[in-house]
Amino acid sequence: MKGVANIKRKYDFLFTGVGGQGTILASDIVSEVGMRCGYDVKKSEVHGMSQRGGAVESHVRWGEKVYSPLIEEGEADFLLAFEMLEAARWTQFVSAGTVALVNRHRILPPTVYLGQAKYPEEKEIEDILTGAGSKVVWIEGTARAVELGNPALAGVVLLGTLSKYFDEPLDVWENSLMNLVPEKFRDLNIKAFHAGREFQG
Amino acid sequence: MNKIMSGNEAIAYGAYLAGIKVGAGYPGTPSTEVMESFSRYPGVYAEWSPNEKVALEVAIGAAYAGGRALATMKHVGLNVAADPLFTVSYTGIKGALVIVDADDPSLHSSQNEQDNRHYAKAAKIAMLEPADSEEAKQFVKIAVEISETFDTPVILRSTTRLSHSRCIVKLEDEPAAVEIEPAAYERNAPKYVMVPAHARQRHPVVEERLKKLAEYAETTPVNYIEPGSGDLGIIASGVSYQYAKEVFPGATFLKLGMAYPMPEKLIRDLAGRVKQVVVVEELDPFIEEHVRLLGIPVKGKDVFPNIGEFSQGRVRRCAAAAGLIPGKIGAQPVQSQQLPVRPPMLCPGCAHRPIFYALQRLRAAVFGDIGCYTLGAAPPLAAMHTCLCMGASIGNVHGADRVKVKDRTVAVIGDSTFFHSGITPLINLIANGGNSTVIVLDNRITAMTGHQPHPGTGRTLMGKKVPDISIEALARAVGFNKVDVISPYDFKNVLETIKDHFQSREPSLIVSQYPCVLNIRERKPSPVVDQDACNECGNCLRIGCSPMAKVDGGVTIDPALCTGCGFCASVCGRGAIKARTNEGGGEH
Ligand SMILES: Cc1ncc(C[n+]2csc(CCOP(=O)(O)OP(=O)(O)O)c2C)c(N)n1
Repeated sequence: MKGVANIKRKYDFLFTGVGGQGTILASDIVSEVGMRCGYDVKKSEVHGMSQRGGAVESHVRWGEKVYSPLIEEGEADFLLAFEMLEAARWTQFVSAGTVALVNRHRILPPTVYLGQAKYPEEKEIEDILTGAGSKVVWIEGTARAVELGNPALAGVVLLGTLSKYFDEPLDVWENSLMNLVPEKFRDLNIKAFHAGREFQG
Repeated sequence: MNKIMSGNEAIAYGAYLAGIKVGAGYPGTPSTEVMESFSRYPGVYAEWSPNEKVALEVAIGAAYAGGRALATMKHVGLNVAADPLFTVSYTGIKGALVIVDADDPSLHSSQNEQDNRHYAKAAKIAMLEPADSEEAKQFVKIAVEISETFDTPVILRSTTRLSHSRCIVKLEDEPAAVEIEPAAYERNAPKYVMVPAHARQRHPVVEERLKKLAEYAETTPVNYIEPGSGDLGIIASGVSYQYAKEVFPGATFLKLGMAYPMPEKLIRDLAGRVKQVVVVEELDPFIEEHVRLLGIPVKGKDVFPNIGEFSQGRVRRCAAAAGLIPGKIGAQPVQSQQLPVRPPMLCPGCAHRPIFYALQRLRAAVFGDIGCYTLGAAPPLAAMHTCLCMGASIGNVHGADRVKVKDRTVAVIGDSTFFHSGITPLINLIANGGNSTVIVLDNRITAMTGHQPHPGTGRTLMGKKVPDISIEALARAVGFNKVDVISPYDFKNVLETIKDHFQSREPSLIVSQYPCVLNIRERKPSPVVDQDACNECGNCLRIGCSPMAKVDGGVTIDPALCTGCGFCASVCGRGAIKARTNEGGGEH
């Protein structure tokens, strides 16, 4: 996939997860990278009620000129799923060619922990995504983040893996990251980002 | 220099650049971040008022005194502020008044999806509607100009998708610092004292102003035609314009930056250039009806729905179905089926939970209100039975208590909601000899919208220390004799106190006091489950706390999610949920 940046004119990134997992920060960082690389950038995010543990999604779009802040169905180039079930929920945005970077991490929704519904098996989730044409890359984001001392860094691990798909210089990613996280957490975030780069994209 | 800003941040930036010095608002998704970001600019005064009516009145006062002022609120907030709105239209202002209103098509975080463009028409004032963050910044400056030129309040309308999308904004030079000498207050009773004799004189001024605004709409740079093919002429404003640009790339466009009043000549000009005029607008046919009144055939709500927000995908499918563009008719995106749903829930460690659990056990009919605590309506707690608008719970319970129902009734209201609009109905209970019970969930903060201070917090938006108003003292002062302040985590006492209040024949009030766990970030070690002692009764699952999960033969608690509040332990009849011993670890 190296070199794609020069061929394609637009990139659509869909971030999905559970309210409170940090999808907003991660999508802010990708927006910042896009702007620093000279793209027009738009992004859409969810505030309010859903932030209390509901399903959330953020859209980021890079292009020569971007009108809508939302991704169109079937158009996502990258799906960054912070949680496994939330990887499978938004397949209307996925199509052949979508790369899904999925954090191998489960957060049980209420019907599951009350014993009224079943959490899908990993295989089922993968099948749903591949059925929609997507390539699935599993990432031990939360596991690596926990090793680094903070599960909230899982999203930054995913960003590390994402960065491998782009030719844009690494320091654009690092500077965008450092620009948006509080100073005292910068080192830890950079470590998490590089941990993500160790995964095979 | 460029910066990525949300629509709300850009509105605040525009307000700062435009020399607005006084801002007042009440939080409400999707408007909240406007006042939060505005408060961080140098040299401004910004406040959270207890409700939108007060916020607008504060801003009007500042504008009467000659200042440039900003009021911010969500769409339903403008209902609360509608009373001053309609008459400030008559008085006009001396300075400038910009009202930021944020609508919520698709009800991402609201109780309805009303279309507030009708307010501009009903109050006969100008409304601007930006389509992205850069426009949001510029339009505030234009709103200030319009306000000062035409002596009118101006509404700047946003929607969720504008407020909460981010795009690139050009940074501008800092506004020049102006030293303002205190001036004498201008006294002008015929303009500002709206007794009938004066107001009758003002109404023709309002009508005259509206005509002038309509003329201005023809020439303002925010309304313009983008020439294109002669087939379709698209009229759009706000974020709908962005979707339409993706779906009809070659069409002729009339982009309306001013949603009201509308430019008749420009619309006729567009109609003269194309075979078919199409209005792409979310919610009501506001522009469409205006175009129809001009006698121009138009497609609008016969093609695009009047429910829910748009996206370019939705606009594309509707346009294809109507034959406006080629495309597969009826093609629907494939959505994942049958995955377990994930609705928002009360957070682990939320102090609202024990109250709802108690009310569920006591089978009370709960008249509810709006806030995080509305999540008490969700199963398995399912302990809230109404949610209408902010402050409604107390009036609702009093009305219900005038009709004999078998159930125990109670009003449950959050503290920010109480200060917003719960005090007048509370006084009503005393003033009309009511006997209802009210529970105030007092977490000392406005949690739902992201922890804004309110009159009970003891601190202002700008960080100044102020007295924290006591709900207990307030209730006693207006005549409540039966008032109890409880901690929600002393669960035995919670049950006993509520039962005692239910038995009482006088009006009564319980304040359940505990800070929001997200705000203080309190974390204690999570308890552990003794699976041998567990008899799978399911009590702890019925509290609806996400770290608790049913497993074969018992339950588990996820230590990563649990905040260690210990409430689950207090509902376990078998003592199977125990505090973690030190070696057990857990997060601190
Ligand atoms: C008229 C109106 N203004 C604002 C809102 C947005 N809003 C919903 S709930 C809420 C605050 C709730 O705070 P509180 O009562 O303290 O409850 P908490 O969320 O802290 O539990 C606000 C501002 C609204 N729905 N209606």
